[in-house]
Amino acid sequence: MQEAYETKVMKPPVTRAGVLGWVRANLFSSVFNSFLTVVTIYLLWKIVPGLIRWALIDSSWTTTGAECRAAGGACWSVVTKNLRFIIFGFFPYEWQWRPLLAMIILFTLLIVSRNRRYWKKWLGYLWVIGLFVMGLLLKGGLFGLPSVESTKWSGLPLTLLLSVFGLTAAYPLGVLLALGRQSRMPAIKSLSVVYIETIRGVPLISLLFMSSVMFPLFLPEGITINNILRAQVAIILFTAAYIAEVVRGGLQAISRGQYEAAESLGLNYYQKMRLIILPQALKIVIPPSVGILISAFKDTSLVVIIGLFDLLKTTQATLSDPRWMGFSVEAYVFIALLYFTGCFSMSSYSRRLERELYRGT
Amino acid sequence: MAQERTDSPEITTSTKIPFWYDPTKRAIIYQVVVLGMVGMVAYYLFTNTLANLERQNIATGFGFFAKEASFEIGESPISYSAADTYARALLVGVLNTIKVSFIGIILTVILGTFVGIVRLSRNWLVAKLAAIYIEVMQDIPVLLQLVFWYAVFYESFPSPRQALSPISGVYFSNRGMVFAVPELQPVYAYMALTFVAGCLAVWALRRWAKKRQEKTGQIFPVFYVSIAILLALPLATWLLGGAPLQMNVPELVGFNFEGGLTFSPEFAALLLGLVLYTAAFVAEIVRAGIQAISRGQVEAAMSLGLKPGQVLRLVILPQALRVIIPPLTSQMLNLTKNSTLAIAIGFPDFVSVANTTINQTGQAIEGVGLIMVVYLFFSLSTSAFMNWYNKKVALVER
Repeated sequence: MQEAYETKVMKPPVTRAGVLGWVRANLFSSVFNSFLTVVTIYLLWKIVPGLIRWALIDSSWTTTGAECRAAGGACWSVVTKNLRFIIFGFFPYEWQWRPLLAMIILFTLLIVSRNRRYWKKWLGYLWVIGLFVMGLLLKGGLFGLPSVESTKWSGLPLTLLLSVFGLTAAYPLGVLLALGRQSRMPAIKSLSVVYIETIRGVPLISLLFMSSVMFPLFLPEGITINNILRAQVAIILFTAAYIAEVVRGGLQAISRGQYEAAESLGLNYYQKMRLIILPQALKIVIPPSVGILISAFKDTSLVVIIGLFDLLKTTQATLSDPRWMGFSVEAYVFIALLYFTGCFSMSSYSRRLERELYRGT
Repeated sequence: MAQERTDSPEITTSTKIPFWYDPTKRAIIYQVVVLGMVGMVAYYLFTNTLANLERQNIATGFGFFAKEASFEIGESPISYSAADTYARALLVGVLNTIKVSFIGIILTVILGTFVGIVRLSRNWLVAKLAAIYIEVMQDIPVLLQLVFWYAVFYESFPSPRQALSPISGVYFSNRGMVFAVPELQPVYAYMALTFVAGCLAVWALRRWAKKRQEKTGQIFPVFYVSIAILLALPLATWLLGGAPLQMNVPELVGFNFEGGLTFSPEFAALLLGLVLYTAAFVAEIVRAGIQAISRGQVEAAMSLGLKPGQVLRLVILPQALRVIIPPLTSQMLNLTKNSTLAIAIGFPDFVSVANTTINQTGQAIEGVGLIMVVYLFFSLSTSAFMNWYNKKVALVER
């Protein structure tokens, strides 16, 4: 070991590190991969410039429909000129700040709830107050706000209302159903199983039809319930079955020892569930519950079919105006962006949460 | 207190426990109460419904089945006219639903598997594109996608005279999608028959090969022989039948295409929307299934001396499929249920026909009941299949 090795400072090989190395490793690692990259780039080259030209360069943003037709490119004017109708629908024009404020409250609450440090009791009370204020802002009739008929509720507020209230009301029902399914009492167990499996087996639209054409037959003469509430009930009943299955997964993930420990402490059923089992089970199922919120948010678009004016329907109403006919693609792309923003932020949050929760805290 | 404690065994045996402290009796009381409440609500709704039906003069029952439907249905796999009965109209609806679900499921599985594998590719560009596809498709409501594609067909595609033709024989226009199909020949029926016969032969061959391997240890190349049988039999029939090659190519006659196979804009938009949406979910399932297999399994199989093909067939696929198949089935079911959204773009699926029936006859309860029963039948038969499959592939633990 006498011989001293000569140490030379060598530069990293160009072909392995740096930009070139990255390109080589990730795009041209084999003949097949190189081929794939070249073909993909060719296809992108064929599609993307044309798309950008259509969407940005040749597009019109604040013109009338006729000018749009002359210009040729994408007509985003259909969105900018009709934005208030697409978002708020038939809500009285001068009072549209009310649903706007309600949505701002909702988004603030959602953003605050993202942080797990704030998951305390006061946040729950805040949500209750928030939901109440939102309902008040929409409905009016108190504190000098004129009352607005629920038939006028439409657009984005309606979509959010149906999904947020739907999930809030469906959650307790879903937990009850999940507990019922785990129950040792045969009658309660079979009732829950039949309910859950039936609802999960049929499409949401059949429940919406039920609420719109069958429900009026169920009520005694003279009593009517408005359209939105009926659709809301259908969405709640539907979502509850899916929540029940998610919660059941959480209940099953709690080890048997927890149940036995609770029982050996002398807790009765309600104490055992409320103090020991549910707090743990519900924590496990938060990420899949966000998944259900996403589906509920997407599924509310189905109320179009029974004639409610949600975000999709207000857009379609705009498009049926002869001045704006023929720009469906632009308008649909816009609301697709709205839905995408909502769902994507929820799903990426759910993934982050999953990582944090399973890292063990 | 201590004195009393020591006495307690005698006390409990002598005094009777009140019945509400007995868990079994309490359970019975709970159940009676719950059942009673459910029964009361059901009875209340039932009497209301009866009263309402009587007041509105709606006859209950399925008597309307035999009446004349008197509405047209845009497209139908079987012959149908407005003079036919409601029963036949509803049958057309069911067949349309099955048609769109069947074709949709096949295309979804192909596209989803492809995207799922590409998502795991070592090629950064295509992997990212697949990831973007999955994220975007999952986050946009399927109904919105359906109306979007429908609008694309109606507003953005040219008339048949200027139809777009990306590949020769395939045309996109605002009248839908038209493509060339092989001319119908009697030989094709025989080919289908020989294919079925081939399937039976393969099944028998597999049993025989497995038995032989268990007895003698010799491996028979089942996979390649099966593929050969499945391809060769129909091919031989085709050659024997004179190898007909005529294609039924669509041609522009007047303002529309004639010949070929036409998908109406409604059907094409429905299929496109459903397939693109569901394939994103299938891709995630396939990716998860492939990633679920630990690297050690592959290494172990290779160190046993299996060839790459055998590793894939005997080690990777059976394990990946065990993870993939259950969620895949529920996605297929989702596709079938989402096909009900056809009503929004005017494709006459079962729900759409049932809705027209409800509107014309006023038989809301029967109509909604039928919808539920039909879809329940689909999902229950699927879950029966699932249970059978799960039992078949479940881990056998010693």
